[in-house]
Amino acid sequence: MALSIEDIKKVAHLARLEISDADASATLAKLSGILGLIEQMQAVDTTGIVPMSHSQDLSQRLRDDIVTKTNQREAFQKNAPMLGNGSAELAVAEGLYLVPKVIE
Amino acid sequence: MLQTKKISSVELTQTFLGRIAQHNPNINAYIALDEAKSLAQAKAADALIAAGKAEPLTGIPIAQKDIFCAKDWPTTCGSKMLANFVAPYDAHVITQFDAVGAVNLGKTNMDEFAMGSSNETSYFGGVKNPWDTERVPGGSSGGSAAAVAARLCAAATGTDTGGSIRQPASLCGFTGLKPTYGVVSRYGMIAFASSLDQAGPMAKSAEDCALMMNVMAGFDERDSTSLNREKEDYTRDLAKPLQGLRVGLPKEFFAEGLDAGVGKVIDEAIAAYKKLGAEIVEISLPNTGLSIPVYYVLAPAEASSNLSRYDGVRYGHRTAEYSDLMDMYCKSRAEGFGAEVKRRILIGTYVLSAGYYDAYYLKAQQIRRLIAEDFVEAFKQCDVIMGPAAPSTAFKAGEKVDDPVAMYLQDIYTISTNLAGLPGMSVPAGFSNGLPVGLQIIGNYFDEARMLNVAHQYQQVTDWHLQMPQGIE
Repeated sequence: MALSIEDIKKVAHLARLEISDADASATLAKLSGILGLIEQMQAVDTTGIVPMSHSQDLSQRLRDDIVTKTNQREAFQKNAPMLGNGSAELAVAEGLYLVPKVIE
Repeated sequence: MLQTKKISSVELTQTFLGRIAQHNPNINAYIALDEAKSLAQAKAADALIAAGKAEPLTGIPIAQKDIFCAKDWPTTCGSKMLANFVAPYDAHVITQFDAVGAVNLGKTNMDEFAMGSSNETSYFGGVKNPWDTERVPGGSSGGSAAAVAARLCAAATGTDTGGSIRQPASLCGFTGLKPTYGVVSRYGMIAFASSLDQAGPMAKSAEDCALMMNVMAGFDERDSTSLNREKEDYTRDLAKPLQGLRVGLPKEFFAEGLDAGVGKVIDEAIAAYKKLGAEIVEISLPNTGLSIPVYYVLAPAEASSNLSRYDGVRYGHRTAEYSDLMDMYCKSRAEGFGAEVKRRILIGTYVLSAGYYDAYYLKAQQIRRLIAEDFVEAFKQCDVIMGPAAPSTAFKAGEKVDDPVAMYLQDIYTISTNLAGLPGMSVPAGFSNGLPVGLQIIGNYFDEARMLNVAHQYQQVTDWHLQMPQGIE
């Protein structure tokens, strides 16, 4: 099925990717080519075939409900991004991560 | 050689570091080096050897694909998104090599998030094929491939989601193995398409790959799809004769789309196997052509989900200027990901979006089963399957970069084994116009030891795997 610029923008929003009008039209051509390739699947009759999600068809293992990980907050927070908006500090404070205000 | 003390691990590591200093500015195989760390590991390995505690890979300098987290090493997955990320822990594969005293020689370049077949999607620039520096090394494990081919390491690790070990092994002329899905733990290996991703060895010979497998393979409870099987010795069958081996040739692997020069090399390799006592069986894998459409639904779908973690909040790239949280997400991701990664995220998001799930994702999973069943039928008639690993030799940089569909077709012979979860390898089989050609060997589930035997016996009567590119002596 044919994609439109609006489709690209909608999907980009769902994927949380900012996309300019120019990029959206360039992307449209490439994605249409890839979807054309994918369309070959529709010629196959798959009635009654059980979908395969994993090559070994295994179920997930269960483990004991015990603590296996130790707290490594300080080590992990060293990888925090820069805060941005004019600040060259890491986006952390008091062991938490800083993001724009989300609750009014 | 290390055990007999002809050369120490420190000397060997220094030799490779010297070669890297000389050739890497041109080849761009490594994107992170840490001489002090590597030499400290080498020194510790020499102590183990002196104490008589050496194992086969103790002190051996190994190049690690930059998809594996290695504690206190930059780990970027070839992306701007992770350009400043320093791994706070070790991947299982890294832990395994550390445990036997191997040396981490550095982190190798790769297509961004392992999405590519030419290494041209890396944020850190392309990698040159040591056989012809105008050409690509293949991908996504292109840095590891060039490092092995140019002898900038003793061996390297790679990962293979749709052919990312075997296609570069074919294009750069060395031996690479993608094990059965679940044999090597994915813990600490940055996720692309989790139901397909599998790590494996990239080395000169099948024997070296077997020694690497002895270190890399094994159960790890931290990976939910790691298979709990008994430890095996992958070198155990290397010396077995091939008399009576049934080799299946799928007619679909020799049809339209295969370069004539590559086809000729593969035919000669098959003839060599006949001389070794193999029996040739014609087989069919009728759904081979569907493997690429199915893959380009399933892999992007899984990738769009896996890569949603990169939001600029806790690690990775955050945009410099933003107004609110949504703006921060959208800009950080748009800036942090390259064009191919964004394309695949968009495809994956599209096929998983409301109204399309059944037509794309479910349909692809159903055809995935048909593809896997083709192999079940084929292995009733043969012990291993052979064919080309890639449809052509190394192509020129820039040639396919603007045509994703042409690039995707590079993996036509490798993707179906990932979908089925089967092991596959590429073995140097000769040259076409001076460029290496790889013979693909596909085995049944958990048949890696037999495949390594099949490759090793060929390497006893041929010297393709010993050929070296010019200008890197």
